[in-house]
Amino acid sequence: MEEFTKKYWKDYQKEIADDNFYYERSCIRQSFFPGSEAAFLKILRDILGKNIIDDPNQHTCTGIGYHSDIVPFDTTMTVVARIFSLMKDHGVNNFIPSCVTSFGIFNEVVETWNHFPEEYEKTKLFLKQATGRDFEIPQNISHASDIIYKYRKELKEKMPYRLVNRNTGKPLRVVEHIGCHYSKLFAKKSEGGMEFPKVLVGMIEEWGGEVIDYPERRHCCGFGFRQYLVMANRGYSVANTKKKFESMQPYKPDFIVANCPGCTMFMDRWQYTIAEMEGKTYDDNKMGIPVLTYEEMAGLLLGFNPWDLGLQLHQVQVEPLLDKIGIPYDPKDKYVGKSGNFLGEPEKPENLVTVYGK
Amino acid sequence: MENKKTVLVIGAGPAGISAAKSLANDNISVTVLEKEDTFGGNINNWAKLFPNFKDAGEVKSSLIQNFVNNQNIKIVYNKKVTELKKHNQKWIANTSDGEVFESDAAILSTGFKVFDAQYKEELGYGIYPNVITSVEFEKMYKNGKILTVQGSVPKKIAFLNCVGSRDEKVGNHYCSRICCIAAVKQAIEFKELYPQSEAFIFYMDIRMAGQFYEELYRKSQEKHGVVYIRGRISETSSTIDKKVQIKAEDTLAATPLRMTVDMLVLMIGVEASKSTTILSKQNNIDGPYGFAKSKDIHTADNYSNENGLFLAGSCKRPLTLTETIADGKSAAISVVEYLKQTK
Repeated sequence: MEEFTKKYWKDYQKEIADDNFYYERSCIRQSFFPGSEAAFLKILRDILGKNIIDDPNQHTCTGIGYHSDIVPFDTTMTVVARIFSLMKDHGVNNFIPSCVTSFGIFNEVVETWNHFPEEYEKTKLFLKQATGRDFEIPQNISHASDIIYKYRKELKEKMPYRLVNRNTGKPLRVVEHIGCHYSKLFAKKSEGGMEFPKVLVGMIEEWGGEVIDYPERRHCCGFGFRQYLVMANRGYSVANTKKKFESMQPYKPDFIVANCPGCTMFMDRWQYTIAEMEGKTYDDNKMGIPVLTYEEMAGLLLGFNPWDLGLQLHQVQVEPLLDKIGIPYDPKDKYVGKSGNFLGEPEKPENLVTVYGK
Repeated sequence: MENKKTVLVIGAGPAGISAAKSLANDNISVTVLEKEDTFGGNINNWAKLFPNFKDAGEVKSSLIQNFVNNQNIKIVYNKKVTELKKHNQKWIANTSDGEVFESDAAILSTGFKVFDAQYKEELGYGIYPNVITSVEFEKMYKNGKILTVQGSVPKKIAFLNCVGSRDEKVGNHYCSRICCIAAVKQAIEFKELYPQSEAFIFYMDIRMAGQFYEELYRKSQEKHGVVYIRGRISETSSTIDKKVQIKAEDTLAATPLRMTVDMLVLMIGVEASKSTTILSKQNNIDGPYGFAKSKDIHTADNYSNENGLFLAGSCKRPLTLTETIADGKSAAISVVEYLKQTK
């Protein structure tokens, strides 16, 4: 069985650039997981020694607006062309979106241009007329998680920690969740294909963890744009997430890792919602199952301070996980801001336990 | 005395055997080149045959009468033909081990291969051990037991039709023709072995075009309680106890469906064999989906556009065993006609 699986992953392996990147940040990640993108830049620059442009002039890809039917595709193509023109200013041609929705948007636009050259010509004209700018299609578009995946072995050598329970010596049991727009739009643009993407599995296994293959592994995280964005549909959103938690619960996961802003957000925040609505949590200590971004997972294993990674801003608190791995942290620093001032503690939910040890 | 005419038959499956025997009866000297170390081709994969549950071994025994020890037939095993070309009115076959065979005419009876279910990743074949193919089911049935990988009798089994057939995603738009009835047959076999277990068949359309097929389909429901669900399976996964969770849509009930079964059988479709595709291409007779193209599907179905090169059996398209055997004989008649003209 393993032999077959390996063969298929090999078929789907894509080319991932190795240097001189332009980084396209996410609209929402800096609010939800504020340390993740900073950690990614630090990993690439300080640990891997790569040239990566973090451009203050960058802007939206229109992804959420586009998938909500607010932004027409012509506009999306022109906005994407402008981002590519910014990349051209910096003299690099390997593009890295931080967000999975953006990754889907950039690939969809470039595929459209490849298949319909008249759309490409039209976009060039629109951009020129609107901004006077020119652009070039990137040589390589890889999602930020692809880059971490590509360098997972090199990073492992620098990691003082492993995804191993230090008390039992056993691998941590990890649920991985891939954003739909990473592999379901264009299977060949993903690492490992549409159904069983390897991008997070590769990191988890390389760094000592064990991936849980639970029945609803490929089910939607609950975001689904209109499921959530239209208030009347939010019941669908939480119902989908609940279905996943119920399916993974018997496997007793130590944590969840995702590569999409929406997935990470919803699998984290809906645990609070479900706990408050129904008094239900999916772990043994009523704290919920921690949900990490892949940058946070990498950052923790590389020895980054958990509070610098922004883990205190997660809904489900991560201290039990830190203790399992053996990562040191100072509880007193948890809510101290960059200025050194105490920021105050967040309000505590009624059912979801957020204070470790109580 | 006139020299005997010679014919090369490439492939010793049912079509090749049938053609070779008919040619030998006409006192033609036949050389059968078979890539495997035995004859029979895909018939070797079957335990019992639809629609009458006849033992496949018996059918094979009957088929090979006057084939193996026929003085006009020379069977050469382990000979994979890598090149087939016409040269000076002769057909020359080169094999992978460097041997060369020559004849006055050639019959392509290179048959089919089954679809590799791993390409339908969402169905979990090769990943979840209790997802098996219809060929694997047949092998288990031959050994008298259908058991899960854990060694238990499946309490619930599902069969999924059209795996690799009528599927744009894998590039096979055609119907493989034998899978619907094979699923009915296998579901009945399963229920006869384990009457207390449940059997479900997921389908798009049930195509029961052969004689007694419809009756068998009815019998499977009325006598054996096989349940038919119109809808394709979109995803499988493993439960914690290694059962197979299925997601599908019941398109008659217009509702999504989630079901856990102990075993899922994928009714894999028919594709052109590699040899069919390669040898057809070499002779510019390649048709859609890698099958060989006949000269005229109505009036010259055993002829190809290459003079002296004939087609027999499922190298042209998916055929039932019954049709394949008849087609082998038909190809032999066409060869005889051709050889008479080339005297």
